[in-house]
Amino acid sequence: MDSYEKLKTARQNGRPTGGAYVKEIFEFPLEFHGDRRFGEDLAIMAGIAYIGKRPVTFIAMEKGTDLQSRIARNFGCPKPEGYRKALRLMKQAEKFHRPVICFVDTLGAYCGADAEERGQGQAIAENIMEMLGLRTPVISVVIGEGGSGGALALASADRVLILENAVYSVISPEGCASILWKDSGRVADAADCLHITADDMKEFGVAEEIIPEDFEHFPKMCKNLKNALIRELDTLCALSEEELLEQRYNRFRKFGIFEEKDV
Amino acid sequence: MSFIQEFLQGKLGQTEVQKVTCKKCGHEETAYDLQKNSYICSACHGHYRIGARDRVNLLFDKNSFHELFTGLKSVDFLHFPSYQQKLDKAMESTGEEDAVICGIATIAGIRFAAFVMEPKFIMASMGSVVGEKITRLFEYAAEHKLPVIGFTASGGARMQEGVISLMQMAKVSAAVKVHSNAGLLYVTVLTDPTTGGVTASFAMQGDIILAEPGALVGFAGRRVVEQTTKSKLPDNFQSAEFLMEHGFVDAIIPRNELRDTLAEILHIHKR
Repeated sequence: MDSYEKLKTARQNGRPTGGAYVKEIFEFPLEFHGDRRFGEDLAIMAGIAYIGKRPVTFIAMEKGTDLQSRIARNFGCPKPEGYRKALRLMKQAEKFHRPVICFVDTLGAYCGADAEERGQGQAIAENIMEMLGLRTPVISVVIGEGGSGGALALASADRVLILENAVYSVISPEGCASILWKDSGRVADAADCLHITADDMKEFGVAEEIIPEDFEHFPKMCKNLKNALIRELDTLCALSEEELLEQRYNRFRKFGIFEEKDV
Repeated sequence: MSFIQEFLQGKLGQTEVQKVTCKKCGHEETAYDLQKNSYICSACHGHYRIGARDRVNLLFDKNSFHELFTGLKSVDFLHFPSYQQKLDKAMESTGEEDAVICGIATIAGIRFAAFVMEPKFIMASMGSVVGEKITRLFEYAAEHKLPVIGFTASGGARMQEGVISLMQMAKVSAAVKVHSNAGLLYVTVLTDPTTGGVTASFAMQGDIILAEPGALVGFAGRRVVEQTTKSKLPDNFQSAEFLMEHGFVDAIIPRNELRDTLAEILHIHKR
């Protein structure tokens, strides 16, 4: 599959959404609502659960599964209150020393006037900064689309796993094509230029591991993902808080490709 | 000394006697007068967009700016259409290596670390070099226990560097967090325009967030918001004033008062 086909696959209706993974991977998930500041955002489904015998906080972007739920969940495009709910529950996880597992699947943060009024940029900025200082392990799994800053706001993590046909990008290929060629139709070319596939992410070090897809045998596929998550949690939970934070800092510190000449 | 006297004595070059026109109101004045007035239109008080070096000269103590982290150059590692040409053109037209300059300076004699973004360099979009230089600045400031003042202006993440440009948001944010945890001050001054990934990271992470009057500040572009919501937006949408009304900016400070304001903030936080 080329980048464009992967993009279409990542967006396909019928592809399992965040809630399906929560249900399949965790035991006794208990959902919590609201950001305690403004409201509730159904584009993000979050709460507490067990993975094996270990308590965790889960935060999953949820696009919805039929027209009605897609509308209710704003097609998985979070508003500031969604990011603030996520941060509230991450801070709660930190307080009670349980790891955080995020599922990322969004075209991007919601681009509405109300989202701007309530500080979409500020909400994302705060999440990224606070996640990088969170004194508990964080793992993010990109299950569909990792759309720009809106995805990074749940992916500033110790480990990032990505499904084999999921994509991760700085800008939607439509947006890129429209800026570059004034033609939002050239999505395929833009997808190619941007390097958005799971293989690209592995190569750049943006993701540590690619998780094979097998939606025909979804429970089996999730078992494999669950094992990967438990393996990573075992490693991360064995670190001291200082080691954890230092490794997370270095994980992001290394990103950057440039030339440097002595001056 | 008046403008005419300086001109007759040959102290002013051609560029300074040139007329400039305010894009907001159409008022014409000489570049000299405009500069004397902090690049604020004398008729409508609109703030001209200015380059990073002009800002340094305008606000920091004379000759106090000591530039750091030079010699970094962007690389077209994705072989992205026309990126190299854009870089070459931007380097030539601005004389800068990339879209931010960093260094140490003083205001009213108080030392701080500064980053100043250059809107004329590919809309000050953030790629690896911008991310790296600002990260190094925060690391340097944390090590030397200095406050940071950052002047933001940006079209957002530099898409020509793909997901690596997105990662710069996290890289810089991690350094801001470490600097903040050390109890050090970070002041951002939002200038026109600050958008996208820069708004969604270090622009909004200041302990104190100031903005220039009329500056455009937002996450999503106005056109995108209009297309998404299929509605017309008010004229002041995403202006500094709009942000203040909604609680996201501490104060809006005209450019000719900015130096005094920053001096007071630095003084109050002196340790």
